[in-house]
Amino acid sequence: MRLEPITNPSLARNILPPFLAIAITVSVASLLAMLAGANPFAVLGLILKGAAGSKFAMLETLNRATPLIFTGLAVAVAFRARLWNIGAEAQLYAGALATVVFGTGMLHWPAMALLPTLAVAALLAGALVLLIPALLKVRFGVDEVVTTLLLNFIFLLFVSMLLEGPLKDPMGMGWPKSERLIAAARLPRIVEGLRLHWGFTLALLAAAVVWLIDQRTTLGYEMRAVGLNRAAARFAGIPVNAVLIKTALLSGGLAALAGFSEVAGVKGSLTLDLSPGFGYTGIIVAMLALLNPLGVVAAALFVAGIFVGADSMSRAVGVPTYLADIMLATALLLMVLAILLTRFRVVRE
Amino acid sequence: MTNAETAQVVLRLDRITKRFGALTANDAVSLDLHRGEVVALLGENGAGKTTLMNILFGQYTADSGRVEVMGRDLPPGHPRAALAAGVGMVHQHFTLADNLSVLENVTLGTEPLWRWRAEDAAARARLARLASDFHLSVDPDAKVGSLTVGERQRVEILKALYRDARILILDEPTAVLTPQETDDLFVTLRKAVSNGLSIIFISHKLHEVMEIADRVVILRHGRVVAGMATAKTDRHALAAAMVGSEVSAPRVAPGTPGVALLQLRAVRTPDRGNAPGLKDVTLDLRGGQITGLAGVSGNGQAALADLIGGLCIPDTGRLDLDGACPVEWSPRVAVESGLARIPEDRHKTGTIADFSLTENAILESYHKAPMSRSGWMNWRQAEAKTRAILTGYDVRCPGPDTPIRLLSGGNMQKLILGRVLEANPRIILANQPVRGLDIGAVNYVHEQLLKARDRGAAVLLISEDLDEIMALSDVIHVMSEGRLSPEFARGTMTPADLGLWMAGHGFDEGLAHAS
Repeated sequence: MRLEPITNPSLARNILPPFLAIAITVSVASLLAMLAGANPFAVLGLILKGAAGSKFAMLETLNRATPLIFTGLAVAVAFRARLWNIGAEAQLYAGALATVVFGTGMLHWPAMALLPTLAVAALLAGALVLLIPALLKVRFGVDEVVTTLLLNFIFLLFVSMLLEGPLKDPMGMGWPKSERLIAAARLPRIVEGLRLHWGFTLALLAAAVVWLIDQRTTLGYEMRAVGLNRAAARFAGIPVNAVLIKTALLSGGLAALAGFSEVAGVKGSLTLDLSPGFGYTGIIVAMLALLNPLGVVAAALFVAGIFVGADSMSRAVGVPTYLADIMLATALLLMVLAILLTRFRVVRE
Repeated sequence: MTNAETAQVVLRLDRITKRFGALTANDAVSLDLHRGEVVALLGENGAGKTTLMNILFGQYTADSGRVEVMGRDLPPGHPRAALAAGVGMVHQHFTLADNLSVLENVTLGTEPLWRWRAEDAAARARLARLASDFHLSVDPDAKVGSLTVGERQRVEILKALYRDARILILDEPTAVLTPQETDDLFVTLRKAVSNGLSIIFISHKLHEVMEIADRVVILRHGRVVAGMATAKTDRHALAAAMVGSEVSAPRVAPGTPGVALLQLRAVRTPDRGNAPGLKDVTLDLRGGQITGLAGVSGNGQAALADLIGGLCIPDTGRLDLDGACPVEWSPRVAVESGLARIPEDRHKTGTIADFSLTENAILESYHKAPMSRSGWMNWRQAEAKTRAILTGYDVRCPGPDTPIRLLSGGNMQKLILGRVLEANPRIILANQPVRGLDIGAVNYVHEQLLKARDRGAAVLLISEDLDEIMALSDVIHVMSEGRLSPEFARGTMTPADLGLWMAGHGFDEGLAHAS
C-alpha cells in the first residue's frame, strides 16, 4: 500500500473522512463499553444525555469548553506559525496567578474596572511565560518543544511554592490554596442561578478576534507565511523573528485567559488542581480543529461534551471515565488519518 | 551508436495513460528502449515527461497500459520492483541525505537492517571501482551536504549503478550543471552505454539532446508527437515539434549603459560551510545593461545574490546604492530601493506552496498601502493586483485563489516575474531565472529582462548556462571561489576563454592588472 497525492480532492473526499473518524471512534467506545460489561448503546446514550441532554448538562458542557477554547486557540495560533507551544498549561497557571495576585484585595476597584484589569494582567503574565522560550528560540535556536514542555513542570512547582508560602490563605486550614477573590473580581453568571459565566462569552470573543487577526490583518498573514515556509518569508522581507515573538505573546496570552476565566468564573481561588490538563487538551482541541480558530470552538465543545458526558455516564453505570480519554485519543488519531486521506489516496498493489 | 533496430528491447512502455482529475498527463504513450541506447525524452514543462518516468519507476500507477523490463511485466506502483528489475532514476531534485557521507548515501537501503557493522570495506571497494569505471570521481567520505550540485548528481548516478541498474533515467540532469560538468556527465553516460546500459535522458536543452541521444521522443500535452533518430534531424526541427511552432530566440541588441546604480567595493562575506563567501568583490551594475555572471555553481554566487538581495551585509567593504551606502540593508529595504529579486529556487524561497496566488503575489508588498493600512489587509486590492499580474504576465491558472503549488514551474516563475516587475524596479537580480523552464517560458523570461533593461534598469543575470549568459549579457563577469573576474565586454570572450576563468585561471593576473 502506498499513498499518492491528490491534487484536486472531491467534495466527498473532503467531507467524508471526519465523519468516518467519528463513526469509528463511537464503535471503539462501544466495544470498550461492552468489555466493561455494559450495554454500549446505553453507555453512548448516557454520554450524549450527560453532555447535552438537559439545560444543566449543556451549560456544564459550555462551562467545561470555556478553558479549552482559550488553550485551543493558544495552541492553534502558535502551531500555525510553527511555534510549537506545548506550554499552555504553564501559561494558564500564569494567568491564574496574576488573577489571584491582583484580585484578592490588592486592588479594590468596581468590577467594571477590576475585571478587565485582571484579564489584561493575566494576558501579560501568560505572554511573558511564553516569551522566554520564544526568545531562546530566535536568539539561540533552542528547541521550543523542550523548553515550553519543561517549563510546565517548573511553573507548576513555582505556583506550588507560592501557595505554600506568600500566597497561602491564612484561613485555608493548612491547604495549599490562595485567598478567595473579592466579589468584584468574580466573573458574573450570564444567567442568574446557572453556572455558566461570562468567561464563555469572552472565549467566543477571543475566537472571533483570533479569526479576524488570522484572516484580515498583516500579522495574521505574516504568521501564516512564517508557518508555511520560513525561508520564503525571510526572503520576501517578512521579519520572521519579530513575527515569532508576536505569535508567542498572543499564544501565551490566550492560554493565560483560560486561567483567568477558571479562577474568576468558576473556582474563586487558585489551587494546584485548577487545571486537569487543559493546556495539553488544548493541543487535541487545536489539532481536531485543523488549527482553525472558529473550528477550535466546535472542537472544544466536542471534547468538553465527551468529558462531561462520560462523567455522568460513569456515575450512572460505572464504566470508568477513562472511556472519555480513549475516545478523544481515538478521535484525534483518526482525525489525523482523515486529514491524510483528504490529501492522499491509498493505492493498493 | 548501436544498431537500434536489431538490439534487444530492454524497456517497453505500452500505451501508458495517466489522468489527474481532468488533466490527462499521459495519453497512450508508447516507448521502446534498446540495449546500449540513449533515448531523449523531450517536451515542454507539463508535457508529461516526469509523470511518465514516475510511472515507469513505480511512483505513480498508470490508469492503463503496461511497463515491461527485459521482457517481463513490471508490477505497477512498486519502486522496489523497478529497482530490482534494474531501473535506476536520477531525479531532478536529488534524493540524498545531506548529513550522511557519500558512501553511506550510496549504500543506504542496500544493507540488511540487522547487521551490527556495515561492511564498509567491500562497499568502499565496489564504490571505488564503479567510480573509476564510469569516470565519476567523488570522495566517498565527504558529507553530501558539503558537495556541489554536480558532485551530488554523481552520487545519485553512483547510487543507481551500485544497485546494478541496467536502465538509467536522468530527469533534467544538466539543468544544474556547468558546461564542463555537463561534458563530464556525457563522458560518464557514454561509458555507461558502452557497458551495455540503456539511458532515458529527459531534457529541454536541444543541443545536448542532439549531442548525447541516439533517438528523440517528443511529448506534447501528454502524447507522443514525434520520434526520430538524432542523425536524421536538427535542433530547429526538434524545437518546432516540441512547442508546435518555430521558436524564435530573442534577438538581442546591445543595451545603452547608463550610470552605476549599485556598486560593490571590495566586499567580503564569510564562507558558509564549503560554499565560499565573497573575496574582495568589486562590481558595478549600470542601468540599461545586463551584467551576466557566469561560474560553476557553488563559487560564491549564492553569497553575492544574498548580499544584493538584502539577506546579508558585507563583512568588510561597502555596498552603495546610487553612490551612497544605505543606512540599513534588508530584503525590505532592497525592495523599497527599487530592487527586483528573482530567487534561485522558486519552490523553496520564491513562493509559499500552500499560499494562494494572491497571497504569493503580495509577499513583498503586503505591509504597505494599498495592500494594507495600519495592519489591516485589503484583500480586494491584493486580488486586483494579482489579476493584473495574471493577465499582464500570461500566468495560466484557474484563478487567483488557486494554491501556487498546483502551477507548473513556468507559470510559477511568471507570477514571480509579475510580482517583482510590476513595481518598475531599477535594479533586477535574476538568479537562475530560467532553470527548469521550457523554451516558451525561457523566451518569455528573457524578453521581460530585456524589456526592463531597455527602459533603463540594471540587470544582474546569474546563470550556470553559459549560452544564456552569452546570448543576453552586455558585460560578463566570471566567479570562481568567491572571486570576481574583471568585466568583459560583449563579444570579447569565447566560451573557452570564459571556461578558463570559470576553472579559476586568470584571477591572479587579473588582480595584478587591476592594481
